[in-house]
Amino acid sequence: MSETTLGGIAGRVPRFIRRADPAVLTAFACIVLLLFLGSLYSRSFLSPEYLLQQLKVASFLGVIATGMMLVILLGQIDLSVPWAVAAGAMMACAAAAYGPVGVALAIPFGIFCGMLIGVVNGIGVAYLRIPSMIITLATNAVAQGLMVVYTGGFSPQDSATGAMRYLATGFAIPGVPNAVIIWALIGAAMVFVLTRTSFGRTVYGIGNRERAAYLSGIDTRRVVMIAFAVSGGLSAFGGVLLAGYASKAAQSMGDAYLLPSIAAVVLGGTSILGGRGSYLGTVAGVILITLLQSILSVMQMPEAGRQIIYGVVIVAMLLLYGRAPASR
Amino acid sequence: MKDWRYWLAEQRGTLLAFGIFIVMFVIYTSNHPAGFTANVVQTASNKGVLLAFVAMAQTLVVITAGIDLSVGMIFLLTNCLASWLVVGTPMQTTLGVIAVLAVGLLCGAINGAIVIYGRLQPIVATIATGAVYYGIGLLLRPFPGGSVNEDLADALTGRAFGVVPASLVVLLAVVLVIWVPFSRSVLGRAAYAAGSSETAAYMSGVPIRRGKFAAYTLAGLLAAIGGLFLTFFTYTGEAAYASGNSYTLFSIAAVVLGGVSLFGGKGSAIGAIFGALAFRTIGDLLFVFDFDPLWQPLFQGVILLVAVSLGAFALFRVRNRLEWFL
Repeated sequence: MSETTLGGIAGRVPRFIRRADPAVLTAFACIVLLLFLGSLYSRSFLSPEYLLQQLKVASFLGVIATGMMLVILLGQIDLSVPWAVAAGAMMACAAAAYGPVGVALAIPFGIFCGMLIGVVNGIGVAYLRIPSMIITLATNAVAQGLMVVYTGGFSPQDSATGAMRYLATGFAIPGVPNAVIIWALIGAAMVFVLTRTSFGRTVYGIGNRERAAYLSGIDTRRVVMIAFAVSGGLSAFGGVLLAGYASKAAQSMGDAYLLPSIAAVVLGGTSILGGRGSYLGTVAGVILITLLQSILSVMQMPEAGRQIIYGVVIVAMLLLYGRAPASR
Repeated sequence: MKDWRYWLAEQRGTLLAFGIFIVMFVIYTSNHPAGFTANVVQTASNKGVLLAFVAMAQTLVVITAGIDLSVGMIFLLTNCLASWLVVGTPMQTTLGVIAVLAVGLLCGAINGAIVIYGRLQPIVATIATGAVYYGIGLLLRPFPGGSVNEDLADALTGRAFGVVPASLVVLLAVVLVIWVPFSRSVLGRAAYAAGSSETAAYMSGVPIRRGKFAAYTLAGLLAAIGGLFLTFFTYTGEAAYASGNSYTLFSIAAVVLGGVSLFGGKGSAIGAIFGALAFRTIGDLLFVFDFDPLWQPLFQGVILLVAVSLGAFALFRVRNRLEWFL
């Protein structure tokens, strides 16, 4: 994916460079750099199988980061991702235990639970005007509490349905994993919504200045609420896919997705203050993070080293191009 | 005549937190099987003081209209470090304590430098530095273990003069040595001013950068004191991701309960201390009423949700709808 885009740039340099976001270009450049470094370490790094495998792993993060991006574009943040992911996975697996109807409704039910978490976030942020960082932390804690009570503190015994496994690991088109197709579909829908619908324009407007959007006659609170609901739903869907991939849900399976999803969005050039950013950047950020994780695990870096490198890379990249303007 | 009214308005959040704590603590001790004894108070204060230190750390940063999502991880890191260093002869122990506190200061200073001089958003910057601190903690203690100078630990978690919990005495000393001088200094005023309105403070020539930097740095120090106490309390060091995360989360809850405004510029660390003690007591109420401990995370989450939603009552006082949008 990265090669084709960069190949296009080489074809018609002037206009594309002028119009492209420097952050997105930096992110893609970093992807190429990582691939280069990886290929020095091991030959198989550039093989199609390996790259496709990486893309498949990236698609779980991609689905979750899509929702996160929508919220960050509003100038808010969603810290309830960890337990929205876990709740989606656990509830989908739990529904599967209730006969054929449960199996059929497992995936929608998981997503529905995530959307419920998102709606609570949305009500808190949009109508009660609680800072999103705080209310999403609180709903995360409540979701965790509910799941702990439900599972009794252990990983649940229910396993994923066949449909969930098929979505996460199957091949509808030979050679292309289903998870990648799903990410592509969700990504395409997101691009359409952001660039071609009034909802998308409103999201950017609210991110720039909510007061101005409100005075333009937009029901900004409804838009904020929908965005949070979508984010919760997509997190849960990511959890459903993950449960399908591992064929069961687990406690704290979502913890590993909070920092990466925020990092992917922000590294892709979306302003954390909202109102600015493109989905292409998020795609670049997701692939960048996944490759970084993959290289660190290929090098058999222990968890501690991974966390350190991870944090340092994110701070360093943000210092490169994510800085706020100086006060004057 | 008017003076006491100003004072009351300024201290309303703190007094409210104090009231909540007293009510909760009375309910707690009156239902506790052992009743109001020195032992019960000692255990409760040892648990509460841990959160109180972390909540004080969070307060300093929140006052500048920022947030520090790495306090829990600094707390963990210093816990792991203390389980290596705070051992041996009294001299070695003293040096170890100083080293641990210095590392806390350094962590806070790094946060401050990245947020203020690097001009990154506090949320993202401290999540990322938190990952680094957690990683270092995990390097130090891949498995729970280590030890601590038990004489010192027992002295500081025991009782002074046989009645007063020693941890409360230390908490009071920290308030008097760190919080009171800071909040009355130029830097402390600058931190408040920066949180209240950064532009106005900047225009008035207030040293906002130094004030904010001091707030972040001292936050690291306070989190390190908390980490030291955790080591004294458990005799071991452990890098548990969930524990660090929950301390960060609970510190925010304590700050909110303590009447510190998350928009900055309002509140005091003393309020946050009572918020922390109240939050801990509420969490422990479940035990005295014999509920299944499985319900505790849910119960704490709901308290947190209710506490943060209380801020929404301010909406009723808004006269112009535009004030909804900051």
